[in-house]
Amino acid sequence: MGKVKCECGRVNPNGTILCESCGRALTEKAKQDKLVDMRYEGSARRSQTYNKTLIDKVWNFFSSVKVGIWIIVLLLVAASFGTILPQEFYIPSNVPPETYYEDVYGTFGKLYYLIGFHDLYNSLWFSALVAALGVSLVIASLDRVVPLYRALKNQRVDRHETFMKKQRLFAEREGTLQRAEWQRVKEALEKKKYKVRMENGALLAEKNRFTRWGPYVNHVGLIIFLLGALLRSVPGMYIDELLWIREGETLQVPGTNGEYYVKNNGFTLENYQAGEDPEVFNEAINRVGTVAKNYQTDAVLYKNENNELPGASPKLEEVQRDAIQVNQPMKFGQFAVYQTSFRQDEMKAMHFALTNKETGEEFGEIVVDLFDQQASYDLGGGYKVELLGYYPDFDGFTQEGEPTSKSPLPNNPAFLFNMITPQTPEGEVSFAQIRNTMEPLGETTFKMAFKSLDTRDVSALTIRKDLTLPVLAAGGLIFMIGVIQGSYWNHRRLWVREKNGQVYAAGHTNKNWHGLKRDIEAVLEGTTIPRPEDRQKE
Amino acid sequence: MEKKKKRLVMRTAILAVLAGLVMYTLYTNVTKESRGILEEGDEAPDFVLKDVNGQTHQLSDYKGRGVFLNFWGTWCEPCKKEMPHMEKLAKEYKGQVEIVAVNVGESDFQVENFAKQYGLTFPMAIDTGKEVMDTYGVDPLPTTFMIKPDGTIDQIVIGGLVQEEQVRALFERVKPSS
Amino acid sequence: MANLAGVSSTLLEAAFFLYLAATFLFGGSIRQKGLRDGEGLNRWGRLGILVTIIGFAAQLGYFFTRWAAAGHAPVSNLFEFTTFFGMMIVGAFILLFFIYKTAVLGLFALPVALIIIAYASMFPSEISPLIPALQSHWLAIHVTTAAAGQGILAISFIAGMIYLVKNIDQTKSTKKTRWLEAVMFFIVSVVAFILLTTGFTLSGYKSEFEYVNKEDQAASQEFGLPALVGPNEGTLLTEGKMEPLAEMPAFINAKKLNTVIWSLVGGIVLYMLIRLITRRRVAALLQPLVRNVSSDLLDEIGYRSVLIGFPVFALGALIFAMIWAQIAWTRFWGWDPKEVWALITFLFYAAFLHLRLSKGWHGEKSAWLAVVGFGIIMFNLVAVNLVIAGLHSYA
Repeated sequence: MGKVKCECGRVNPNGTILCESCGRALTEKAKQDKLVDMRYEGSARRSQTYNKTLIDKVWNFFSSVKVGIWIIVLLLVAASFGTILPQEFYIPSNVPPETYYEDVYGTFGKLYYLIGFHDLYNSLWFSALVAALGVSLVIASLDRVVPLYRALKNQRVDRHETFMKKQRLFAEREGTLQRAEWQRVKEALEKKKYKVRMENGALLAEKNRFTRWGPYVNHVGLIIFLLGALLRSVPGMYIDELLWIREGETLQVPGTNGEYYVKNNGFTLENYQAGEDPEVFNEAINRVGTVAKNYQTDAVLYKNENNELPGASPKLEEVQRDAIQVNQPMKFGQFAVYQTSFRQDEMKAMHFALTNKETGEEFGEIVVDLFDQQASYDLGGGYKVELLGYYPDFDGFTQEGEPTSKSPLPNNPAFLFNMITPQTPEGEVSFAQIRNTMEPLGETTFKMAFKSLDTRDVSALTIRKDLTLPVLAAGGLIFMIGVIQGSYWNHRRLWVREKNGQVYAAGHTNKNWHGLKRDIEAVLEGTTIPRPEDRQKE
Repeated sequence: MEKKKKRLVMRTAILAVLAGLVMYTLYTNVTKESRGILEEGDEAPDFVLKDVNGQTHQLSDYKGRGVFLNFWGTWCEPCKKEMPHMEKLAKEYKGQVEIVAVNVGESDFQVENFAKQYGLTFPMAIDTGKEVMDTYGVDPLPTTFMIKPDGTIDQIVIGGLVQEEQVRALFERVKPSS
Repeated sequence: MANLAGVSSTLLEAAFFLYLAATFLFGGSIRQKGLRDGEGLNRWGRLGILVTIIGFAAQLGYFFTRWAAAGHAPVSNLFEFTTFFGMMIVGAFILLFFIYKTAVLGLFALPVALIIIAYASMFPSEISPLIPALQSHWLAIHVTTAAAGQGILAISFIAGMIYLVKNIDQTKSTKKTRWLEAVMFFIVSVVAFILLTTGFTLSGYKSEFEYVNKEDQAASQEFGLPALVGPNEGTLLTEGKMEPLAEMPAFINAKKLNTVIWSLVGGIVLYMLIRLITRRRVAALLQPLVRNVSSDLLDEIGYRSVLIGFPVFALGALIFAMIWAQIAWTRFWGWDPKEVWALITFLFYAAFLHLRLSKGWHGEKSAWLAVVGFGIIMFNLVAVNLVIAGLHSYA
């Protein structure tokens, strides 16, 4: 048990359909087929021979091409569901997804969210499907490449006539062949880059066997790619941080553990201008309105020489300067810094004038830096403004009458000033905003009149480190090599045999029969070898 | 038969490796969100910060005492609520449990003004570059790390502490046993 | 420079009419005599391919003059991409024609390319400047390779269609004939869309609406076709134009839906007219044209074009796409709808190639799969750009 001995003497593994050596049909079904099934050369696919333990059953399940196709189809159908509505990471970040889907898309949106399709690609079951595909790739490939390799290595030149008769391209005639004819065919074949072997009145010409390994090479590439994707969750392999940095600010580069700092020397937003940019663009600019031309952050990268303790004052050494643009990230070490987003004209400082409400006379101007306020601003001559409170994102008063701020960002700055003048040495309290002043403690003679605003842009930079990229690149490259190797060549064979006063000729290719037929026609020209005919034609 | 056995072993081994990889994938997928930077029982990372008076505070200086490490901001309502409890207990536990209140990068004026308004006397350190905040992975404010005398984290409290008793219980847990 | 752009448009028009002429020449070659594989081409066929090649050269001329005029590869908006896709179909046809010398392929491939190029011209065709994300050499590399892959894959659809037209029994009505008619109806609808849009554009029809959009903001929309459906809380600003019959909720783009409805209605009218006048199915009308071609050869062409196109598509639409996405969008993969549909296309053709290993999936089933595959490609081109919002919707 376990071995099948062929009449030609070859001992084949159990489950073999066609003898590895001479090609005789070994199974009942194969004997009865009109044309022989040449997939995997009729070798014993290991998975189909044993089916006993649970391990074997699992193995056989994943080895099946049919199962593989099902996984692919399920995956593509599942993937399509995720595009019906935008995924969670593409919806505006300031609204909670629980309500967003229902608010915008109604009941369908609510359902979509409840099923979990709003984050489909990160779901457990989707990951499981991808994993199943990976397992299938490994097992199905292993299960086929070994027997195929054996079969192609062990094939004999003189195949049994039953094997030849069952090829798709086949012809026979009575008679014999001249020596010169053999020679002529051999030369013609060699001219067409076939490898020709001749033995015992038989000829085997073969070309491009390497293309048979293409599918396995591309599967190896895909497996490496999937492993690369898996590698991302290993700590230290992957960093993805977003840094909002204002013009003029120097901040630690997140993800570098305080080793690097970056300074924003200025953010630039340029739009295309009709008249300035090439004339051909005018029509488009006029139709669409604004078209952005450039987003750029002029950045300086520093290395922190004093990086033992978080919080310690950094000692910065300049490393490099770079204009970070979309499509042109700044690179250093294993990191790349990308221009991702921006916010224009964030408030930086406010100018107020101490003003007599009645006469409108001004007694000097103060500049309040929204990021670094002073407790008091002396205007000289007995005029002085004290800052009692600063509310960067003012959103109303508490029940006790205390102003509150809803965030530390200067979105709606408000100030509580105490104005001291020679007339009012005790001070008068004024609550000042951009467009509005209030007098919470009674009417005042003076007010803080808003004069002007200094603004600056804020740039968002993405800091990314991805050590899995080389693995993914290797996987992609191997995949491409394999898929090209398997697609752009075909494995062609021609058998000619003379036996007992009969001449047989048969041909086989794994794909592109048209090309094989043309080859055969050309090489058999001027010989009496019968022209193999395509017996699969309608 | 020998060969068949070998094959079974082979298959089992390959399947085991694949199953391992699959389990790892699914595991990382499930735990992705819950993987914070610090957990209870971890060593509290050392840091150094200046307070509004220019004095430096280094966490490791407090070894041997418990530390109530509080991250806060002036705009944050629950922070305002828990500060008076902290002030009261800081005095009570002086020498046993120290409070380090880390402001998340606001201006000196705001912090001083806040301390004045609520009558706070414990050190107010300002994390200008938000480095300490990043190191500790602080997201919502307030977040409090209770650090034991040996420098390990006893408890991480996310959100405000409303009752004085809550704060007292935390203090009790980290005060040195001697 | 503007002159160069003018030359470019003229070349494109020339290419269009040359393809049209070549279609008729290929038609002539079919009528003359039975052309089976292995036999030589007749005079009509030779002329047909010659004119096709001249047309292709003219379109290449369009492509490169426009490139010179714009300063960037003209594949940066829907007009340019779709035109290029049409060109790639012709290019792929020429490639496969020289392998298989099958004239009937041209008789179907060229009309498909013509419809696609005509469809492209429904979009704004002025040369537009590149937004920052598109300013990269990868624009030319990624987009042209992806389109070439899709063009080659489209030939498998053409071969599949011919296979189905030839082999599906038209003497009685079956599920197969109905599905094939559905495909024909779809093509007729696209033609209807082109005719309607061109017609209303020539007549200068325009109606403007003010409405409330998805973000609850006031916005305006200009309709080029009479509004059967109008936008959310929309008011018609242009006087004397048609008031919409129904109003759409905010998350539906009424203008696009209106176009789809018009195309479907136009398609139905056009299709019914064909059926009423000829009293036969569209596929039955085409059947005589394909009688002489070998089914086996068609199956081979279909399979071969997937084999040739699949690696090109994988390289352009996935690998080059990932490299560029890593540079421009900071990550090589982000599950953007266009990315997902490229992956779906890839997976679909991967399944196709694996199915070819099994018995029983050659011939007709394979032809149906090729039709579905092209459906996915067109969905990714049309629906994903116009309907599903994402990073790629630059139209």
